[in-house]
Amino acid sequence: MMREYLSLVLLAVFVIVNGVGMILISHLILPPRPTPVKQTPYESGMPPIGTVRERFSVKFYLVAMLFIVFDIETVFLIPWGVAFRQLGLFGLVEMLVFIVILLVGYAYAWKRGALEWD
Amino acid sequence: MPLDLTTPGGITLALTPELVLTVWVLVLMLVAAWRHRDAGVQREVGLLTVIGLVSTGLAVAWLWAQGATPVGLPAMMALDGFRFATSLVFLLGALLTVMLSLGYVDRERIQAPEYYVLILLGTLGMMFMAGAADLVVMFLGLELMSVAVYVLAGVNRRSVFAAEAALKYFLLGAFASGFFLYGIALVYGATGTTNLWLIHGRVLELGLGSNVMMIAGIGLLLIGFGFKVAAVPFHMWTPDVYDGSPTPVTAFMAAAVKAAGFAALVRVLHQAFDGLPIWHGAVWWLAVITMVVGNVIALAQRPLKRMLAYSSIAHAGYLLVAVASGSAIGSAAFLFYAVVYTLMTIGAFAVLAAAGTGGEQGVLIDDLNGLATRRPWIAAAMTVFMLSLLGFPGTAGFIGKWYILSAAVDADQRLLAVILVGASVVSAGFYLPPIMAMYMRPAPSAEAHQATRIVGAARWAVGVMAVALLLFGFWPNRALDAARRGGESLRPATLYTLGR
Repeated sequence: MMREYLSLVLLAVFVIVNGVGMILISHLILPPRPTPVKQTPYESGMPPIGTVRERFSVKFYLVAMLFIVFDIETVFLIPWGVAFRQLGLFGLVEMLVFIVILLVGYAYAWKRGALEWD
Repeated sequence: MPLDLTTPGGITLALTPELVLTVWVLVLMLVAAWRHRDAGVQREVGLLTVIGLVSTGLAVAWLWAQGATPVGLPAMMALDGFRFATSLVFLLGALLTVMLSLGYVDRERIQAPEYYVLILLGTLGMMFMAGAADLVVMFLGLELMSVAVYVLAGVNRRSVFAAEAALKYFLLGAFASGFFLYGIALVYGATGTTNLWLIHGRVLELGLGSNVMMIAGIGLLLIGFGFKVAAVPFHMWTPDVYDGSPTPVTAFMAAAVKAAGFAALVRVLHQAFDGLPIWHGAVWWLAVITMVVGNVIALAQRPLKRMLAYSSIAHAGYLLVAVASGSAIGSAAFLFYAVVYTLMTIGAFAVLAAAGTGGEQGVLIDDLNGLATRRPWIAAAMTVFMLSLLGFPGTAGFIGKWYILSAAVDADQRLLAVILVGASVVSAGFYLPPIMAMYMRPAPSAEAHQATRIVGAARWAVGVMAVALLLFGFWPNRALDAARRGGESLRPATLYTLGR
């Protein structure tokens, strides 16, 4: 009865071994050169400690919104791909309509310069 | 024309108006994106919007004339006279708004062809909201409409008040959407379905009249709707948002958005919760408080725009009386009043837009002094709008109120009818002063009202609205017949069950 859960356990073991392994390997083969920047949790991200009132560009929001559009597209495309045969031609047409609507939005954002950083 | 909405062909035909409008939205968005540097594009997009709205209206009329009825299993979209009638009301409101906007955006230098695309998107959301036979589709329509209108409220980016209005509307609107969604979740928990027809069957089947989850769900839905239609005590955002938005957008919000909220409310209460008298009391109290508070606070308003904002709250109260009756006559009275209300509210805001400049917040009722001597036609139109809002005999507003009253009396809610009449008497205290100012007081100076003019498409719109209000006031029969058929189509013909 517990057989069905075996793959889940295997996945958990793989994830743990993978994570721990990466940290271990990097500890073993990296030359030790500790600088303050290298000590931060996200070396190339934002400083983790600082004032909360820091202002950052509104352009980040635009990029984030565009990202969400395509994220949602994937969320819809994957279940459609799974049930592709059952949905048939109607499903294909509906998906095409959905993608065309998204593309128009994307074309609008592109043309109005949402993708240009300056 | 019987249509099976579960087949691809059936649902496509049933959604013809929405599909036509969607194609127009996409095309106009691309036009706005590709040609946004050309000076003439704004006007061009505006004219194309008019064509888009008219063609969508023709599609609705075609479906209605074909007598499209649903067959087979319950689907996610309704296909009844109520949906067609409300769609036409929204399209009418949007059309009049666009006609007012053509001159207004030039005068106020609001340079964004997207303005018209947003109006179309908002209208599309309204059509889905009022035509949904499923709470999830209704929520999607609500969000589509709301997001478009949030942006419209702040479309004048140089105005601080418009920014305030947009932010306030967005925050409170998002809050209200949360209530609405939670209500859907609880109703789903109690009935196991989000389909309105199936909910209706389930309520009768399981006897959910005193089910706590069901009652809490209806309560949360009512709060969500209360925000959207600006019923007291959920009206706090209304005066500020209506005041800060550009005047044509205010007209759109006061007329079409409110009508959409009411259409969905009527559909949910009269269709899904028909066998559940528990909501009657809540709506009764909402109607009474909204009528009293809206009318009394409007008495104290000197700026015309804020007065009209409170007047729209008061009218939400009148419409709630029609909802509270819970009968087919009530739904029909709502439909008729929605048409009349759209005409008179947009008309009043059109005159306001002509009388001022820069958002029209500073226009006091006294600023209309002597308008009748300088601009007799504008004054005459404003008189028709004010008298109709008041419910004066001979105007369509009177017939609308009479229909609502007869629905209330028919449902044995005489006290509500008496309160409605009393509230209407109070409302004379703020609808008559503009008329007095225009006709009985002298103009302050020789060059007063020189800038007050209605030109181009807006002139046609104002003329048609004033004439239509008088016409419906004297010959309401055909419109009343159509409203009655639309109202009766809401009743579920057969009792759908989940089939367990």
